Amino acid sequence: MKTVEMSAKTVDAAIELALAELNAGLDQVEYEILENGSKGILGLGAKDARVRVTFNEGPEQRAIEFLQPIFKKLNVNPEYIAIEREGALWISFSGQNLGAIIGRRGETLDALQYLTNLAVNRQYDDKTRIILDVEGYRQTREDTLAGLARKMADKARKSGRDVVLEPMSPHERRIIHMTLQEERGIRTYSQGEEPYRKVVITKKGVNRDN
Amino acid sequence: MKDVVEHIARSLVTQPDEVQVTASENDKLVNLELRTASEDMGKVIGKQGRIAKAIRTVLKAVATKEGKKANLDIM
Repeated sequence: MKTVEMSAKTVDAAIELALAELNAGLDQVEYEILENGSKGILGLGAKDARVRVTFNEGPEQRAIEFLQPIFKKLNVNPEYIAIEREGALWISFSGQNLGAIIGRRGETLDALQYLTNLAVNRQYDDKTRIILDVEGYRQTREDTLAGLARKMADKARKSGRDVVLEPMSPHERRIIHMTLQEERGIRTYSQGEEPYRKVVITKKGVNRDN
Repeated sequence: MKDVVEHIARSLVTQPDEVQVTASENDKLVNLELRTASEDMGKVIGKQGRIAKAIRTVLKAVATKEGKKANLDIM
């Protein structure tokens, strides 16, 4: 929650200054008039108007405020766009040298995403699910996983043996399950404990006691 | 590195003022110790250490950028 106090000749002018300082629009703030200001008589006893303006930050601002200092340490300064999609807030970053915020197999991005969700929703009841993406990384990864899922389903069908995939995050496992939902002749389930939970693809109708 | 851990921990706990991080460095290894109010411990550790693991992952990324290794203990 950011608050600033500003003085100017009129209340409107003071609010204007505060909005510029907060980089916010009038619909994102609440304000309180501390001093109405007066022109005085012939300029004598004139008093400035004073307002206190509070920025009602949404999840997007809170997320960026949390991430910015970390990005600075990682030496990156990405641009971002935020959109609401499927009940979640997607924040996509773009810019130079963003490999540092993705990490090996996206592990840094996943960690940042997890921490951002915790930090943003800490003191709020209506939880916003936040998904962080870097230049389409997640979409590419989804396509890769879907491709892998189909290939492995084929293998399970042909060999009749269970195919056990490598450990994945809940989000990634969900992609595998969803991809193979409609595939015939196989079914999928997860086994093991987090963070080593894996998807198993098994041929339908195999007598599991054999 | 100390700043990053401090910033993350303060963003997660209910008593940010109680967050303390100390750092000691020898050679290329930085040892960090994180302390919070006792009722906030769970907020930086998480179930099965999931939050602690995420903090360490981010810390590792920052350390790598500085050409160092970092170790984080939650006290």
